[in-house]
Amino acid sequence: MADCQETLKELERFIDAELPHVEVQMVVNHLKECTDCQGAFEFHSELRQVIRVKAREESLPAGFLDRLQNCFGDTIVGFD
Amino acid sequence: MTAQDDFVTDAMQFAPQLFSTALRMTRNKSDAEDLVQETFIKAWRSFHTFQTGTNLRAWLYRIMTNTFINKYNSKQRRPSETELDEVEELYLYKRLGSIDQSKLSSSAEDQMLELFTDDEVKHALEELPESFRLPVLLSDVDGFSYKEISEMLDIPLGTVMSRLHRGRKAMQKMLYEYAKERGLVNESLIEQGTGE
Repeated sequence: MADCQETLKELERFIDAELPHVEVQMVVNHLKECTDCQGAFEFHSELRQVIRVKAREESLPAGFLDRLQNCFGDTIVGFD
Repeated sequence: MTAQDDFVTDAMQFAPQLFSTALRMTRNKSDAEDLVQETFIKAWRSFHTFQTGTNLRAWLYRIMTNTFINKYNSKQRRPSETELDEVEELYLYKRLGSIDQSKLSSSAEDQMLELFTDDEVKHALEELPESFRLPVLLSDVDGFSYKEISEMLDIPLGTVMSRLHRGRKAMQKMLYEYAKERGLVNESLIEQGTGE
């Protein structure tokens, strides 16, 4: 089982799902036992989700998709 | 349906997210629109090199990232290490105690959503120096793996990780400053929060 220092060091890769399987197990085991690290984990996972949701742009400029379609249309001519 | 029709249909479904990322990269709507259009024109021209069954989304993002770096004469290949100040580990988490909960209206589970506005998150991302902004954007917002980001930006895996780490911390610091400006931080709570 990993200790607090090791767990916090690997927290980012853990949240990014980039940690090798063996280390994932060690971090998971530690998080089950340690409420401090569990708190840090929950905070950073949630922060990641909040950033993902809030940094997305919902609205496209008027007519944007039509202009994009033309990108394909124009080059089809030159294709043959 | 020809393979070309399929390709257009498949590519078009990624247009909104490509535009969103382009906007955070270029920081303005008209450049973002140009960037996505140029990406699609290039994708269409090299459509024959795309292997069906491989990841079209990652392929389009790679074209867009390359186009952006070349067109905007990006400095991302030779970043200055002094571009970002060193920020302490767990910066924001350690300061949560100083956030005045009474200023937030929502229930505990929604408070993180209320803590930062959409504009603040967008602004914090856009304020990052480009060499940090691109990895953070591609990972945190677009969900690409370290390996995919490493290929898109043509930088080693270790560099992706260190830029993500430093970029994210810098972003947390900015978000905290914004929360402070909005009056969400109670200075007297800071004393308690950071006291050992």
